[in-house]
Amino acid sequence: MTSPAAAKAKVTENPNPQTTQGVAREVARELAPVRTEAGIKIRARDVNFYYGPKQVLNQVSMDVRERKITALIGPSGCGKTTFLRILNRMYETVKQARAEGEVKLDEESIFGIALPYLRRRVGMVFQKPNPFPKSIFDNVAYGPRVHGIASGAKLTELVEQSLRGAALWDEVKDSLHKSAFSLSGGQQQRLSIARALAIDPEVLLLDEPCSALDPISTAKIEELLFNIEERCTVVIVTHNMAQAARVADYTGFFLMGRLVEFNDTKTIFTTPAKKETEDYITGRFG
Amino acid sequence: MNRLTWRKTVNTVMSGVTALCALVAVAPLLFVLGLLVVKGASSLNWAFFTKLPVPVGETGGGIANAIAGSGQLLLLAALFGVPLGVLGGIYLSEFGGWGVPFFVRYAADLLVTVPSIVIGIFAYAVVVLPVGHFSALAGGFALGVMLLPIVVTNTEQFLRTVPVWLREGSLALGAGHWKTIVSVVIPGALQGILTGILLALARVAGETAPLIFTAFNNAYWNRGLNQPISSLPYMIWIYGLSAYDDWHRQAWAAALVLLGFVLLVNVVSRLVLARGMAARRAA
Amino acid sequence: MAISNTTLAGPPPGGPSERWRFLGGTRGVDTIAWLVTLVAALSVLFVTVWLVVELWRHSTLPRQAFGFRFLLDSVWDPVFGHFGALPFVYGTLVTSAVAMLIAVPLGVGAAIFLAELAPRGFSDALTFLVELLAAVPSVVLGLVGIFVVVPWVRTSFGPVLKDLFGFTPLFQGPIYGVGFLTSGLVLAIMVLPFIVSISREVLLSVPVDLREGALALGATKWEATWKVVVPTAGTGILGSIFLGLARALGETMAVSMVIGGTPQIAASLFAPGYSIASVIADQFSEATGDLFRQSLIELGLVLFGITLLLHAVARALVHFTTRKARGAA
Repeated sequence: MTSPAAAKAKVTENPNPQTTQGVAREVARELAPVRTEAGIKIRARDVNFYYGPKQVLNQVSMDVRERKITALIGPSGCGKTTFLRILNRMYETVKQARAEGEVKLDEESIFGIALPYLRRRVGMVFQKPNPFPKSIFDNVAYGPRVHGIASGAKLTELVEQSLRGAALWDEVKDSLHKSAFSLSGGQQQRLSIARALAIDPEVLLLDEPCSALDPISTAKIEELLFNIEERCTVVIVTHNMAQAARVADYTGFFLMGRLVEFNDTKTIFTTPAKKETEDYITGRFG
Repeated sequence: MNRLTWRKTVNTVMSGVTALCALVAVAPLLFVLGLLVVKGASSLNWAFFTKLPVPVGETGGGIANAIAGSGQLLLLAALFGVPLGVLGGIYLSEFGGWGVPFFVRYAADLLVTVPSIVIGIFAYAVVVLPVGHFSALAGGFALGVMLLPIVVTNTEQFLRTVPVWLREGSLALGAGHWKTIVSVVIPGALQGILTGILLALARVAGETAPLIFTAFNNAYWNRGLNQPISSLPYMIWIYGLSAYDDWHRQAWAAALVLLGFVLLVNVVSRLVLARGMAARRAA
Repeated sequence: MAISNTTLAGPPPGGPSERWRFLGGTRGVDTIAWLVTLVAALSVLFVTVWLVVELWRHSTLPRQAFGFRFLLDSVWDPVFGHFGALPFVYGTLVTSAVAMLIAVPLGVGAAIFLAELAPRGFSDALTFLVELLAAVPSVVLGLVGIFVVVPWVRTSFGPVLKDLFGFTPLFQGPIYGVGFLTSGLVLAIMVLPFIVSISREVLLSVPVDLREGALALGATKWEATWKVVVPTAGTGILGSIFLGLARALGETMAVSMVIGGTPQIAASLFAPGYSIASVIADQFSEATGDLFRQSLIELGLVLFGITLLLHAVARALVHFTTRKARGAA
């Protein structure tokens, strides 16, 4: 967890604070009506992305604010999921995929952080609930065990807290050792969230987490996002604009591999600067 | 007869002919099974399974040593073929790129097709010649060489049925590649892999050709891995070709035992696999 | 509600060196796993190559003594150390040809029925039984061959054939029961499940819209099958036939029990003969002298060569059609 002191320490670690602060000021000017002061957790600059010869992201730059919810919206195939999968380098599972540009997590290039550590810091929840063929308990305990974070009573406690964090505890506390497949779709997705929370990530990426769920399950997940926000930065891809408007502090609109507009959610949905954004949020296309 | 009636007649006749073909294709299995039961079942008793063979002319005697020998040969084959096969299958499914997997898959496919008698010659050249005599080890090696490509192919196929999103779920939690394979991918495919191994064992259990000049034969209890060893298929072969009615009777009974084992394993594992597939499709 | 730091064993490792150790650990395990599984996978390749090398190495004597004449010489005389493979090559080809003549029409017919005409559940059940036939050990079929098929050919089937086709050289001479014909019959049973099961799969992979297109034009079920589906699956079916043939050529035990064990080239299918695989099985463990044994090993090499060739052709055919069908779908 990044305490203020730790954040300060990280700034002093930065070899070139002058430039960074300069950039930060510049960005702060760009994003004028910020609701609260928030540090920048992830800084992406001029990101290009290719699947083989095909370019799917073009010069994307974005600052993800710490402990805020950032939503990425846009029509399908616009590159929002691809961008998300760059942030924890999940794209690397696909051969012939290539990313260019600069992505920094707390001033450290994510390409310099070895994968297990990066993914411990940047967790991910996928579109389709993906419980492992194990018990509910073992699903949540998977991450902590992999990273050697906790064992024994501590692990039990951690599992409980993670399940509470994902608003699932009350429903499963009596069936922790049942197969995760016995849960409903919405419960499975919250289990996936609990599993991601159990390694205490600094950033949580969610890739259309509600697209396969019913409205009630969706509402539960949206609600728990506000709780998660208190302790980690959230980036959520959604095709549901109402969802973005409900949950996000900041919203970025992607179109054909470009980040067309990025601003606080209110501005995006009330007074977008670009015509494409307005067309999209008013439902004129996409 | 007008043209339409003619076409309809052809349709009916050919449906009947192909149905007949299908029945003829099924008939041999039922015929063989029935024949073995008729000819062999009456000879099956406790002594048959527990006694050693007796010299020609004496009555009684059993095939205990052949059953034990087959078991030992299968164990040796599994020790050689299963670990290598499973690990190789993991490579093909989880690590493979373009070059090596292509050649390995081709070699595995070819090796499955190679006549088992040729595998026997190979084992003879590699194990029997240097040692100077037939041995259980040579027979086990031959069967293991037959087992290896089957296990590799099976393992790869079942690992591939594990969906990508399960792997991604584990990788996204920061688990390494191997950790993901061991704790998420393999458990997801374990049932298939194990049944595949069982099927492969049942298949090589019936092989005689690779044993003729590797494991050879032995009329007594097997005396060690370095010595010739008896086996069920070999015994059926020798007894079947002999000139004695009592040996023929025992050959039928032994064949019934062997076929029963092979069919049982096949039926059970195929049912298990089919159920697993259905469950996965439902999930 | 937030997870406090105190429940964790510790925060992520802080300093670069500590971090590296943590990461290095995982990466090290992955590298080792990659290496170990790679070696295991390569072992398949290695065994295949090793097999060829050993067969080659242990068959130098007959190659030096007879060269290519080995394949064309029809005299096999261990007593005088004269070895020619032609009778065995002939026996292998003839028995396989008989087997394929019986099994191909039967197998393809059955596959058509199972894939196109039969109700799905019934078809699955029958296919299951046919595939079980492939699991029957060849020595068991050999046993049935000696005690059932041989007497049947000698007393019933052979005489009938002789009455009908006795004017051709194929069905003349005394009927021993054992011989090319009986071997071919037994082989047909062994090859049948391969042809049925693979052909059925290939037929099932033909896209449904092709079938429906033909039916929509007023074709009967049989016409749609025979004129549209079967031609589309043609190469794949051919592939299944080649795979069956590869199995027939290499089949050892059942053939060795019913072929008669006589190294001769005879026109009559009633005559006893020998095949490559069965002569190796019969004579190898009694082979005295290096030239004798190495000649048998060279026969094994010939068998391997034939398998290699057939396998390559069969694979190419099956691969080609399933990919074409998938591309069209």
